[in-house]
Amino acid sequence: MALLEFEGVDAFYGRIQALRKVSISVEKGEVVALIGSNGAGKTTTLRTISGLMHPTNGTVMFDGRDITHTRPSRIVELGISQSPEGRRLFPRMSVVDNLFMGAYSRNDRPGIASDMERVFTLFPRLLERRTQIAGTLSGGEQQMLAMGRALMARPKVMMLDEPSLGLAPILIETIFSIVREINSQGTTVLLVEQNAHKALEVANRAYVLETGVIAQQGTGRDLLASEEVQKAYLGM
Amino acid sequence: MSLTDYGFYILCATAIVLLATQAFTNPKDFFQVTIFGLADGAIYALVALGYTMVYGIIELINFAHGDVFTLGAYIGAAILAFFAGANEGSFVVVNVIALLLVFPIVMLIMGGINITIERIAYRPLRNAPRLAPLITAIGMSFVLEGIMFMWHGAPTVHFPDLLPHGPGFQTTIGGVFFGFKDVFVVVAAAILVSLLAVFINGSKLGKAMRATAQDRDAAQLMGIDINRTIAATFFIGAVLAGAGGMIWGLYFNTIYYNLGFRTGLVAFTAAVFGGIGNIPGAAIGGLIIGLVAAYSDGYIGSKWTEVVIFGILIGVLVFRPTGLLGMRVPEK
Repeated sequence: MALLEFEGVDAFYGRIQALRKVSISVEKGEVVALIGSNGAGKTTTLRTISGLMHPTNGTVMFDGRDITHTRPSRIVELGISQSPEGRRLFPRMSVVDNLFMGAYSRNDRPGIASDMERVFTLFPRLLERRTQIAGTLSGGEQQMLAMGRALMARPKVMMLDEPSLGLAPILIETIFSIVREINSQGTTVLLVEQNAHKALEVANRAYVLETGVIAQQGTGRDLLASEEVQKAYLGM
Repeated sequence: MSLTDYGFYILCATAIVLLATQAFTNPKDFFQVTIFGLADGAIYALVALGYTMVYGIIELINFAHGDVFTLGAYIGAAILAFFAGANEGSFVVVNVIALLLVFPIVMLIMGGINITIERIAYRPLRNAPRLAPLITAIGMSFVLEGIMFMWHGAPTVHFPDLLPHGPGFQTTIGGVFFGFKDVFVVVAAAILVSLLAVFINGSKLGKAMRATAQDRDAAQLMGIDINRTIAATFFIGAVLAGAGGMIWGLYFNTIYYNLGFRTGLVAFTAAVFGGIGNIPGAAIGGLIIGLVAAYSDGYIGSKWTEVVIFGILIGVLVFRPTGLLGMRVPEK
């Protein structure tokens, strides 16, 4: 059974249905990408996995456990963390305090300290800025902090929502190479992106969401080669 | 800086110049009034902190907060009545022990009561339009006042006079009188505010409370149980308000069932003045509003004091809604 199993999920915002029978699975060690245009339901999918909203139908299974109606704080403890869309840092807290908040669900001080080291190794920029207030960081630094903060939970699955949004091309390269590195160190990654080309390059497998429905799925390479995907998302 | 910012600074500067003139021409009166203002302001600060913390975390103006303050004084008076009597107003060991014991008891009771209020009155409305919990808070205010009214009726209630005063516990320096009570109020408030600052900035729960206030969804994604941090905020707000009620009682020795209405509004003004949601702002705002009230009592006339204070409230809301220490940090 897959590490994360999202099975036949319907989700609503009020009366508006955001997800229709969406099924996604993520195997241990994979990078899975979720691509699609604005309003396709990518963020809703992540919010539902994190427990910020609950599906009306369908189940979410993680590590053999039903987490469909589990509260968000418990889901973090179980091993799913998220770097949300728009980064959502704590703007009036320092870089270090933001990272500590990422480790809120843990109590192993030495482990937290070594993970902080690890984050600073991945993102040397954050080490330089560690006492700076998060709201005053540049966009790229904020994205690094959001990813670092999600890593501090020492998650089994790390979910990244639009990590490349609003960043300069050179920074996007950096961010994606770090995603690869995080994955190679053993963390499973679920990646939501509008930048389909980059996402498909990094991903082992990918799903294409269109207005709340899974329109296509396959390996990253297959989807990159797919004519429909090229037309709709890669601008070819 | 905008034109209204300049207006704000000009107004502040004018007030300071006028007061400085008084300080030079009649220093004795000026410093006397200042001492009264600091004592009142210290109490306003303790109440204002609860307003600002609750607003910061769930954007609710908790109109029942002033009554939580009064209820603290009522419960404190009831417990202290056992120790009062012949010892009132003198310095005896029994009084010291009584106070050291009763302060934490009242603070914990008030914290528990406020958590219960949040649980039954505000939490069910957490995702309702913002007006709904606001109206509930006003209703809660009436409920608490009603309870105190039924308990002791409309007349004022005597609060046991357990702080020493009289010869030996007062002094005059340069013609300015101050007693042990004045010092006690300011020192007690300063200790409580310092403990709060250490807790908020240093402890894990304190940081989680700040995180919840800054971004509730993101806090949940960190694994923070926001029901817990919100309950903790109500608890701490009430602990400070309960202590404030005790301190008020010990200072003035007279309490009444709707004391929290005016005190609450003044403390709310202090919180807005300091920048609603801003914790140091509320402490400083409390002191400043206390001083303003005292100067108004002393130099303009006490019948104008409420006009002055609520004039400030309106002025701040219109011209500088972010308050004295308003947030200017970019959010994204």
